[in-house]
Amino acid sequence: MSRKLLRSMNLPGSTANVFSARSLHSAKDVLCKTELELMELLDMPLPVLSSVLARIYDCVCPPYRSVLSLWIERNAKEVAGGHLPTGLRELDHVMCGGVPFGLITEVVGAAGVGKSQMCLMLSVLTAMPRSLGGLDGSVIYIDTEHKFSPGRMMEIAQHKFPDIFRDAEMLQQFLLDDIVHLLVLSIGVSQDLTGLVQLALRVLVLHPSSVNDLMESLRALEKAIIERSARLIVIDSVAALLQSEYGRDRIIERQEMLGQQATILKFLAEAFRIPVLVTNQVRTKSDNQWSGPASANAPHDAHNRAIPIDFGEGGLEQHLTAALGTKWAHSVNVRLVLECTVSGHYLIKIVKSPMSPSVSFPYRLTQGGLELDTDSRPSGHIKKEETFY
Amino acid sequence: MEVVTLPLPPSLRSKLQAAGYSTIDSNVSPVELARDVCITHEEALGIIKLIPTSNVSPCGTGASSALDFCGQNAWDLFRHEKAKRRIITSCHDLDNILGGGICTKEVTEICGVPGVGKTQLGIQLAVNVQIPAELGGMGGHAIYIDTEGSFMVERAVQMIESSVVEIMRRAMLDPQVDMEALKSEVNVDKFLSQIYYFRIHDVSEQVAVINTLEKFMIEHGQVRLIVIDSVTFHFRQGFEDMALRTRLLSSLSLKLMALVQKHDLAIVLVNQVTNKITQEGSEVVPALGESWSHACTNRLILYWRDGQRFASLFKSPSLPTATAAYEVSAKGITDAFQTYKKAKYI
Repeated sequence: MSRKLLRSMNLPGSTANVFSARSLHSAKDVLCKTELELMELLDMPLPVLSSVLARIYDCVCPPYRSVLSLWIERNAKEVAGGHLPTGLRELDHVMCGGVPFGLITEVVGAAGVGKSQMCLMLSVLTAMPRSLGGLDGSVIYIDTEHKFSPGRMMEIAQHKFPDIFRDAEMLQQFLLDDIVHLLVLSIGVSQDLTGLVQLALRVLVLHPSSVNDLMESLRALEKAIIERSARLIVIDSVAALLQSEYGRDRIIERQEMLGQQATILKFLAEAFRIPVLVTNQVRTKSDNQWSGPASANAPHDAHNRAIPIDFGEGGLEQHLTAALGTKWAHSVNVRLVLECTVSGHYLIKIVKSPMSPSVSFPYRLTQGGLELDTDSRPSGHIKKEETFY
Repeated sequence: MEVVTLPLPPSLRSKLQAAGYSTIDSNVSPVELARDVCITHEEALGIIKLIPTSNVSPCGTGASSALDFCGQNAWDLFRHEKAKRRIITSCHDLDNILGGGICTKEVTEICGVPGVGKTQLGIQLAVNVQIPAELGGMGGHAIYIDTEGSFMVERAVQMIESSVVEIMRRAMLDPQVDMEALKSEVNVDKFLSQIYYFRIHDVSEQVAVINTLEKFMIEHGQVRLIVIDSVTFHFRQGFEDMALRTRLLSSLSLKLMALVQKHDLAIVLVNQVTNKITQEGSEVVPALGESWSHACTNRLILYWRDGQRFASLFKSPSLPTATAAYEVSAKGITDAFQTYKKAKYI
């Protein structure tokens, strides 16, 4: 990334010295200045500077791949072509396999609709072996609101896979027996222990107490993912700490923090080819409708004419919108909205996705987490000839 | 140069000598000479052209016509423009407001709220640029620079599959097309292999990749489209010095403009939107500031209204401001449903 150091790039000796004499040590130091500024700073003639810069560009520029090679590789190596199946059959079908790798998927909803339940359910599924549709990996769960309930997670696991997680009584015994508890931690996973313990050991839960704490954790995640073979990152929720620490008067700093979080998460998602799941809250929308194209009398400002901001998110009631603003809405790649309609039904709707249409599915909250209402058909903007089934 | 040695009619020679010119330098201004000697500008220019100079004119055309400089006349430009091929968007109304499609030798910006279809349009263009020349397309390759991770390979495959079907269907209606040769050029794997994908993680990589595009174009001469999706993301954080950000963005936009003029290609930049605080409240405007508005030749703004997607052409050197409705379907970008069919001209 930008932290690449110049001295690792085999620049000619004399030029390398000039750069370090002016405190330009990393690629970022150099590339965040224009060529004219560099020429002034280094007192170097343009042809010499251009050839050094060409060398730096070559080193920093990532290699390209043809989309065909990506397609072949992902189909061959990755589960469900690069997706984490959610177990909600119709949703998986429309999302080309499940929650995609390499992207940020956001789940938005009011309190109590089941966002945390969905996170727990997906954590269980990640830990399952590939033969059962899982990713056979561990989970890093960043819990900012202290909503993570290990008991509930195990309940979901038992309900979804009753054949695997049979020995609930043995689990009780392990919890009471301190010696065995210590044994469990020291030897990690073992064949003799109940599957629920193995599952619990695979989920690492972090409780950052402040935004700085959260940023530190995110920066340290790269190593943690490798050490623990993590296959899923969950942040529940991104909004909590930011909204409490950065009020309305510190909007710019808040946006900066959000942008940095998004950058780190996207990098991790892509570098390790894993899904990143975040949850977000809702807030009331301020009234800001575009009234139509500018009239002839309005000042002519074609370049910055206001754009209508009806987001077309039919999934949320008219007065509600996702928290954290437009910039965060751009940063997430997939946005799923969970809502409870006035009639008491729950709907999960795909509001933003690079590969799925805007459809919604009714669901229920059960012991096994979320389940789709299989007797109702999905609704949304699907024309008859374009069904995905 | 001595006046007496120049092949001039006697009247002019005597006027020059009467004005005090026994020698003339080739650098003298025709306007001054005409004023001093009381002759017309054309006569003055004629005299100056007779003086042999040691420098060749900058265009190497000698003393052909001073009015040419190193420019091209508008007629030549007009003929070139009419002969330009365009990259269609697969939505007829949208193509119409764009004058046929995305044009080469221009930088087009696509701006819009999240989820409206900017990435979809980018991928569709990367597919459509490959439509063979014998069917009216560019027959070129595409570079897709992804800074946000929104590019989904599965979606590209979906769009290519329906595009291939459509191309073959149109080809069968044309008796001049060689179907066997076409089949080897137009298939899913071939199209997938002709989109070159770069995944960019920060500002340095974005600067580096834009600067290496020239070299890439030399190695892959068939590229006709570069999509940068999005050009904004990494510039929205990590910059305390906004003036530096503006300078960096200007230098990048100049490089892109130069690239587009030098090679026969189109560049499409995807931009985000931001909230601008005004006296009335806040309004949604394209991101990256006022100065970035000058970076593109054309600006297309995508938005939602009443559950329907619209595209407005807000900036173009030759086309009027207009709006078209479009749809995103399993096949890719398509025409809107019947109710919104007509393109509206504001």
